[in-house]
Amino acid sequence: MDISFALTGKGYVIVAADTTAARSIIKMKVDEDKIKVISPHLLMAYSGEPGDTVQFAEYVERNLRLYQIRNTHPLRPSSAASWIRGALASSLRSRKPYSVNLLVGGYDTSTYTPHLYWIDYLGTMTSVPFAAHGYGSYFALSLLDRYHDPEASLEEGLATLRRCLDEVAKRLVVSPEKYKVRVVDKDGVREIEL
Amino acid sequence: MSIMEYNGGSVIAMVGKECVAIASDLRLGNQSLGISSHFQKIFPMSDRIYLGLPGLATDVTTLKEQFRLRLNMYTIKEEREIEPETFAHLVSSTLYERRFGPYFIEPVMAGLQKTPSGAYKPFIAATDLIGCLNFAKDFVVAGTASTKLFGVAEGLWEPDLEPEDLFETCAQTLLNAVDRDAYSGWGAEVYVVTKDKVIKRTLKGRMD
Repeated sequence: MDISFALTGKGYVIVAADTTAARSIIKMKVDEDKIKVISPHLLMAYSGEPGDTVQFAEYVERNLRLYQIRNTHPLRPSSAASWIRGALASSLRSRKPYSVNLLVGGYDTSTYTPHLYWIDYLGTMTSVPFAAHGYGSYFALSLLDRYHDPEASLEEGLATLRRCLDEVAKRLVVSPEKYKVRVVDKDGVREIEL
Repeated sequence: MSIMEYNGGSVIAMVGKECVAIASDLRLGNQSLGISSHFQKIFPMSDRIYLGLPGLATDVTTLKEQFRLRLNMYTIKEEREIEPETFAHLVSSTLYERRFGPYFIEPVMAGLQKTPSGAYKPFIAATDLIGCLNFAKDFVVAGTASTKLFGVAEGLWEPDLEPEDLFETCAQTLLNAVDRDAYSGWGAEVYVVTKDKVIKRTLKGRMD
């Protein structure tokens, strides 16, 4: 089961996802990137049914790229998230729905604000200050309730994230060993080594 | 596990004297796990019609968008705003269109209906998930705390309440009912619609 976290801070969103690709009880890969960089200021962590995840993430990526080519400007985070939700919601009532859960984080370059959206495979979407998917959510959400600060600097935000990862490592039976962490802010997307 | 209880949430609407109130909780959950305490379930459909959509959260968003489209189409074609009673039938037919694969939502609506004399008459209604209308004269409830809401509302509601008293009655009914429901709560919002203004208040409840 994949684990992903995301949290907002002062002018940034941190998105983290584990890097294991497992099949049944076997680890097939330990450096799988499960965070897609959709546009210069938009990140999407995906988890769920293997196969569906990459397929859906690439579908989203190419469609939002097409929008950017047609309209010169990329979609802003709230509009992009709404579009992604719409795609999942219409897929839900199709013959073969995608079972993909997402955390969409972005920086709105027109209002200078960070945005984070929690989206599940049903097409449920909500704007949140912090979020998690998978077994990690049972450990991290209560920690984030206590320690999250929307005005925190990037260093403080990363420290809060590290608390979550440590808690999962301590308490979860099958905890992942490595995470990929990306940050999106006014300068765009970059990867961070924890 | 019922799909109607998957995300949790409740809505209530009440009739007062030349006013109506509609209130909902703000929780979004995944069964017992809370995800958000800012998930709105009540949406303005016109200046004096408000619609509450408790049920499956994906359908809350889908239906909100669908009603916005249909309402805009109606306003353009008719060159006037929709009346609450007409809107209730729009809600009903939208849901019945999906009779054999429904949206998992039980809408509740409240508004002020224009009478031929030019006065405003309070209007509330609710439907089930396939659009069976219930026009009530006192109050309507829906959502995971609906059974509790019925009990408390039955005890607190009285006819011809003034806007401020109606607010208090509606707010207290919701707040106390959701305290007995694990899937509803985490704050609430209340709208009181009168003929010349709409009062919106966001409340904290037991945030646990």
